[in-house]
Amino acid sequence: MSQGKVGIIDYGVGNIRSVSNALKRLGASFFVSSKADELRHAERLILPGVGEARSAMESLDRGGLVDWLRTINVPFLGICIGMQILFERSTERDTPCLGIIPGMVTRLDGPQIKVPHMGWNRVFLSREGPLMNGIPSGEYFYFVHSYAASPNEYTIGRTEYGRSFASVVQQSNYYGVQFHVEKSGPVGLRVLQNFVERC
Amino acid sequence: MKFDDDCKTIFIQEKSMLTKRIIPCLDVQNGRTVKGTKFVDLRDAGDPVELAARYSDEGADELVFLDISASQEGRSTLLRLVERVAETIQIPFTVGGGIGNVKDVMRVLDAGADKVSLNTAALRQPDFLDVCAQSVGSQSIVVAIDAKCDTEGWKVWVKGGSEPTGRDVLAWAQEAVARGAGELLVTSMDRDGTKEGYDINLLRSISNTVSVPLIASGGAGTKEHILRAMTEGKADAVLAASIFHYREISIYDLKRYLHENNIPVRV
Repeated sequence: MSQGKVGIIDYGVGNIRSVSNALKRLGASFFVSSKADELRHAERLILPGVGEARSAMESLDRGGLVDWLRTINVPFLGICIGMQILFERSTERDTPCLGIIPGMVTRLDGPQIKVPHMGWNRVFLSREGPLMNGIPSGEYFYFVHSYAASPNEYTIGRTEYGRSFASVVQQSNYYGVQFHVEKSGPVGLRVLQNFVERC
Repeated sequence: MKFDDDCKTIFIQEKSMLTKRIIPCLDVQNGRTVKGTKFVDLRDAGDPVELAARYSDEGADELVFLDISASQEGRSTLLRLVERVAETIQIPFTVGGGIGNVKDVMRVLDAGADKVSLNTAALRQPDFLDVCAQSVGSQSIVVAIDAKCDTEGWKVWVKGGSEPTGRDVLAWAQEAVARGAGELLVTSMDRDGTKEGYDINLLRSISNTVSVPLIASGGAGTKEHILRAMTEGKADAVLAASIFHYREISIYDLKRYLHENNIPVRV
């Protein structure tokens, strides 16, 4: 299995430390950078994310990473906000996103649900793929978010919270997870390991 | 259309599968885990990183570390501890105790914690909450409220439960949420360490007042206490210390029990 260097994209809003710790546990080689020049040499890319879509897109834009991210052909994993910005737009402060996957990211809302969606919830797999290889459908992952995308043809896993939303997506070399792989215990590590070894 | 409404309610409850969380709490002092009764009489309960790893393996959904060191020395041990915990476990954890400014918040989060728990500083200067929520997001801000009952109702106490503020708990809970608290961690000082059960009335009053997740704390002695906090108290999560430290209840057994009682838990 080939295990090239993983580049963690540091754009000032992500949870770099937790993702680094998780990769360390897996024994994967990685580096952290905010510069396209350096990240270009990565054989895989991870875009972590905490916070909200607008500031994430603004930070990527300031770093000159937006156009570059649209053209990469190495495996890419977006986590949380890092997944949301793969879509066309987010209604969170009406933010244009990367547009790699069609669709909108909208607020989770509804009677009897508390927002943010915070805690462990289940991911039901609707398609096979290398990222979720060996993970049983209905497994629990840790979520913290207030916005989500509706399932569409690029959805690999979905989760229910007030409504059904896309919790795992893939469009060619672009993968995204709405949950935090780096905070989802052994099963989360397994997903990250799949990304590093199989995607 | 009563029938329709009822159906809709059932439908929504089935669709929302977010689980209730079990959160062991580790009180740390100068790098060791300690646990007292009614906020005094500390007993030593082991190495926090070892305990954290054990809880994570046993199925804890999150962890809370409360630093009760009074000294500056103790506080710098804390950051190193946070780093070690973050390297060792892959579940979310919250760090609280003596966090008094945005710099402290950043340091703890940068060291690898997912959330900070704020208490005394937020009460002294409520603007602090707005500033923290704006800089790191509400999802990382837990407001801890230590509540003690008196003749007029529940009042907020600060400084590790040693100083009364005279503030009404429900009013403060509402204000904290309005200013950006993403979760509330409510401890009943009357019940803390007694193992007589959570203060259900306190929990229910807060659940009915605010819209953010509520973590119940103080008084856990049995599995039934935890079940009641979730059903009658409407808590989204429960925090407990000694019942887990001294292995009186295992997280695994507790979750099985809750599952049998129709509480959604991660098993």
